[in-house]
Amino acid sequence: MSDKVLMKGNEAIAEAAICAGCRHYFGYPITPQTEVAAYMAKKMPKIGGTFLQAESEIAAINMVYGVSSTGHRVMTSSSSPGISLKSEGLSYLAGADLPALVVNVQRGGPGLGGIQPSQSDYFQATRGGGHGDYHMVVFAPASVQEMASLTVRGFEVADKYRVTSMILADGTMGQMMEPVDLSSLKSEYNPEKPWATTGTGKKREHNIVNSLYLKPEELEKTNFERYERYKKIEENETLYEEYLMDDAEICVAAFGIAARVSKNAINEARKEGIKVGLIRPITLWPFPKAPFEKAANKVKTFISVELSMGQMIEDVRLSTHDKANYMLCNRVGGMIPSPDEVLSAIRNAAKGGKN
Amino acid sequence: MKTTQYLFAGFGGQGILFSGKVLAYKGLMESKNVSWLPSYGPEMRGGTASCSVIISDDAVGSPIVSKPDVLVAMNLPSLDKYEDSVVPGGAIFVDSSLVNRKVKRTDVKVYYVPATRLADERNIHTLANMILLGKVLSASGEYDEEIVKAALNKVISAKHADMFDVNLGAVKLGTEN
Repeated sequence: MSDKVLMKGNEAIAEAAICAGCRHYFGYPITPQTEVAAYMAKKMPKIGGTFLQAESEIAAINMVYGVSSTGHRVMTSSSSPGISLKSEGLSYLAGADLPALVVNVQRGGPGLGGIQPSQSDYFQATRGGGHGDYHMVVFAPASVQEMASLTVRGFEVADKYRVTSMILADGTMGQMMEPVDLSSLKSEYNPEKPWATTGTGKKREHNIVNSLYLKPEELEKTNFERYERYKKIEENETLYEEYLMDDAEICVAAFGIAARVSKNAINEARKEGIKVGLIRPITLWPFPKAPFEKAANKVKTFISVELSMGQMIEDVRLSTHDKANYMLCNRVGGMIPSPDEVLSAIRNAAKGGKN
Repeated sequence: MKTTQYLFAGFGGQGILFSGKVLAYKGLMESKNVSWLPSYGPEMRGGTASCSVIISDDAVGSPIVSKPDVLVAMNLPSLDKYEDSVVPGGAIFVDSSLVNRKVKRTDVKVYYVPATRLADERNIHTLANMILLGKVLSASGEYDEEIVKAALNKVISAKHADMFDVNLGAVKLGTEN
């Protein structure tokens, strides 16, 4: 008999956040992530935490800013249109070097779009969304267990580097249930936060949390310093999974739900003798450039499988210096590519076909 | 290595998601890999709701069931929509008290269970889903009362503990019909 429980991905995120010591959640309901808020509403009052349904997404992200300034672990969650609303706050969090966890359970866009799964916020997550030079560390879970484990890791990375971590999931990951082992979920890393605004006790100078620097020399310095930290994140925090890549001549690039669909297709293609493997980025920023660069030495064709019009494919091309063939296998608007669709793309690539 | 893909479909409110969940927990109790994926669109509120369940000895790849081994159709629109997607050699379970036509496929096993009528006769009106689940389990030779009990224990919250016996009874009824 297993110790595992069945949980929705959204619930796993919420439970993992609590296990990681997060006691402050601010949100606003939106399908398909509302279970995160519902879970927090039920649990937080029982453990002395704060659950607050804000009047808007913008209010919620600014409440996150406030709590983070005091040094406590804090999070918010939403889905695509809600993340657009939060984007101003994301830029401010970056400018003030505040750690936070933000969850985006993506749905089809643009605009109000639909409520079915999508990965079309890849650019928004990895390239900013808000204004100014900044990055978030973007995690792309592909199972309910990873929804949980990457949430814990997200808090730790955020605290370590004073950045925002984003869990970039999609409607499928949020809504599906899978077995989860919660016993290993706890945060070992809880650094001191000497910068937090916790009151001086008349023993130290005031800590100021702010993103306004009117002197350009000073503002430039904060940008340079921040990018030094980003460099360390790229060196230390990049995550990916390789599947059957040893002899692969065709490489599928996919994350989240697209990677799971792709694995089915790759297993079928292998039965037909096609040498195909998968590189699954687990962090989308920093993007796992090294395994792609290495793969490009022998891979003839990269197939990017995405629930978008082709966003990650740009990072695949950049990482491989644009020297292979590239194909896009995609569905959008809430549609998901079937294993058969991915399999035909793989067969097409094996025959030397191009997009 | 065995993988079975189930698709439960019917009207919102028939307990499609619930019976799928009990089945998924049964797989978990047997230390299998499982996934459960609901339709979560507006169709949940009265249209055709569906739920994909995969139980496998291997890791589950895509959680989306597009070619079910087992289809449970609790209304006519669901049978119309999914009949052709069932794999040859698979099985279709029909609530024959709500679906007024026969299955056209000849390359699948078909089970007609008047689940809603059986439920009504016994005054357990909302448990046609569990009767069908019982039939699904007995038809495949996978019915094990202890494991079903353990699965129900996980799915039925303490607050609704009084629902345990009636659910178990409905599953048993399904195995006998």
